[in-house]
Amino acid sequence: MLMDYISAFVVGGIICVIGQILIDKTQLTPARILVIFVTSGVILTALGIYEPIVKIGKAGATVPLPGFGYALAKGVMKEVTEKGLIGAFTGGVKGAAGGIAAAITFGYIMSIIFNAKTKK
Amino acid sequence: MNKNMTEAEKKKKDYQQIVKQKSPKSALFKNCVLAFIVGGIICSIGQFFSNLLTKWGIPKDESSIWVPIIMVFWGAFLTGLGVYDNIGKYGGAGSIVPITGFANSIVSPAMEFKKEGYVLGVGAKMFVIAGPVLVYGIASSVIVGLIYYFIR
Amino acid sequence: MALKKIGKQTVRLEAPPSIIATSSIVGPKEGQGPLAQYFDTILSDDLCGQKSYEKAECKMAMDSADKAISKAGIQKEVIDYMLSGDLLNQIITSSYTAREMGIPYFGLYGACSTMAESLSLGSMLIDGGYGDYILCMTSSHFSSAERQYRFPLEQGTQRPPTAQWTVTGAGAAILSREGNGPYVTHVTTGRVIDMGIKDANNMGAAMSPAAADTIVQHFKDTGFEPKDYDIIATGDLAAVGKELADDLIKKQGYDISNVFTDCGIEIYDSKKQDVHAGGSGCGCSAVVFCGYFYDMLAKGLINRILMVSTGALMSPTSSQQGESIPGIAHAVTIERMV
Repeated sequence: MLMDYISAFVVGGIICVIGQILIDKTQLTPARILVIFVTSGVILTALGIYEPIVKIGKAGATVPLPGFGYALAKGVMKEVTEKGLIGAFTGGVKGAAGGIAAAITFGYIMSIIFNAKTKK
Repeated sequence: MNKNMTEAEKKKKDYQQIVKQKSPKSALFKNCVLAFIVGGIICSIGQFFSNLLTKWGIPKDESSIWVPIIMVFWGAFLTGLGVYDNIGKYGGAGSIVPITGFANSIVSPAMEFKKEGYVLGVGAKMFVIAGPVLVYGIASSVIVGLIYYFIR
Repeated sequence: MALKKIGKQTVRLEAPPSIIATSSIVGPKEGQGPLAQYFDTILSDDLCGQKSYEKAECKMAMDSADKAISKAGIQKEVIDYMLSGDLLNQIITSSYTAREMGIPYFGLYGACSTMAESLSLGSMLIDGGYGDYILCMTSSHFSSAERQYRFPLEQGTQRPPTAQWTVTGAGAAILSREGNGPYVTHVTTGRVIDMGIKDANNMGAAMSPAAADTIVQHFKDTGFEPKDYDIIATGDLAAVGKELADDLIKKQGYDISNVFTDCGIEIYDSKKQDVHAGGSGCGCSAVVFCGYFYDMLAKGLINRILMVSTGALMSPTSSQQGESIPGIAHAVTIERMV
């Protein structure tokens, strides 16, 4: 149990440090960082590299954005296996559907309820 | 003319070099430590929810869908409360890279552009950053699917 | 032959117009800074009771114009022209303010150089005999500028140490053909200079070559030396840009370091306030001049100041297309007596 938390902390922390180095060294904007991380999550999963990281890091690998890519890639490969060619188009979104729908819905609700506050 | 051009270019290069030297650098080590801690904590919270769901008897493939949903909720909620930008100030990538940061990138422009209306303000601007993430994420998953179909 | 022009870029005003009144209004953060006592109004809420930050900026600009007019003891009907600019797309703050004012209006865009630009043009209009009273003003607002140029307020981003903080504030000055000073005596109009800096988080570095160019040209054109001035103040180069400009000017043979300051450094307490390199924005040089420097001139603490407002002339579109940041700096000499 405790091991779960430690490995999630360490693996998640390392993924974020990679992002921090990219931000400070290359002046990439957060949007580009997120795009890079999702896409590399998809590619690394397809190459079979990300699965072992998820095995070790658990939430530490699925909560950061490459984990979103992991869900997309895992979903698409599963669906292709089960349904064939059509799965290439439906599987990815299916795999990440929960996160996407939640992000849009909660995002909408929160932005209706709350207002942006100025910085001090 | 050509020689002039190169002289002007050289002057520019020299100036850019001086600017590089004189500009204070981001404290990379400190930023990385903070990113590690903040990112680590957010992931541990994700792990906590995952363990909690398992304890409640929810199967693993279902809980792996629930965890992002829960994390997105908290990211969106804390953004609404005006807390997430302060976490980001210290956490840097530690709060941008987790899926809570994805939620933050959706809520923050949506909230801010509410004054421009609910369709082109909230509805459109919420995808300023999330849009590209979905475009590249989904498109690359389709490509992976196609390749996988043919080489499987 | 232009009779009033001296040197390459400078105009010497034959009948120097008098700045008969100024006003300044700032947001809460600026009100916690070291210059608080010099500002006319410090807002407790930077939304100004309005529905959006753009509307708040407009309200601020309106209030500062009204205040300057009442301090000058004139009716707004006697004002011949209003010269104003701001940072928002299509300078909406200025135009919407002008809509309410009902004064003949020239909209200016000089980014953060607008205060000196409006004073320059206003002085030339008066000296040319085209008006008796001219209202010169500009404004900026942290929250309206931030979302146009950078990120939404609630987005969790980190600002690098070279980043600057847009001043929430509006300043207005009234120029008059007659008055007891301080007087605008010289105007040096800047050229656009671009040294290829692309980092929008390091605007000071992008603008300092323009500031150095204008200041050096001013010395060459007028024959003034650094010691002729009590203060040479740039608009918003902040900590990084000021140091760079100081060096660039030294390389050209002028040492201004004894009298050199920057409004972006003056307005905040860099140790206590989290502003990184310092302040920026149209409002920065506007409120520091209209509040602090004008007060010092009026009290006789200083006799001659060179006000050099600096502007970065990029847009989010040009930045996204990979263009570098062009800078500009306009200088006006303001003297207590002529």
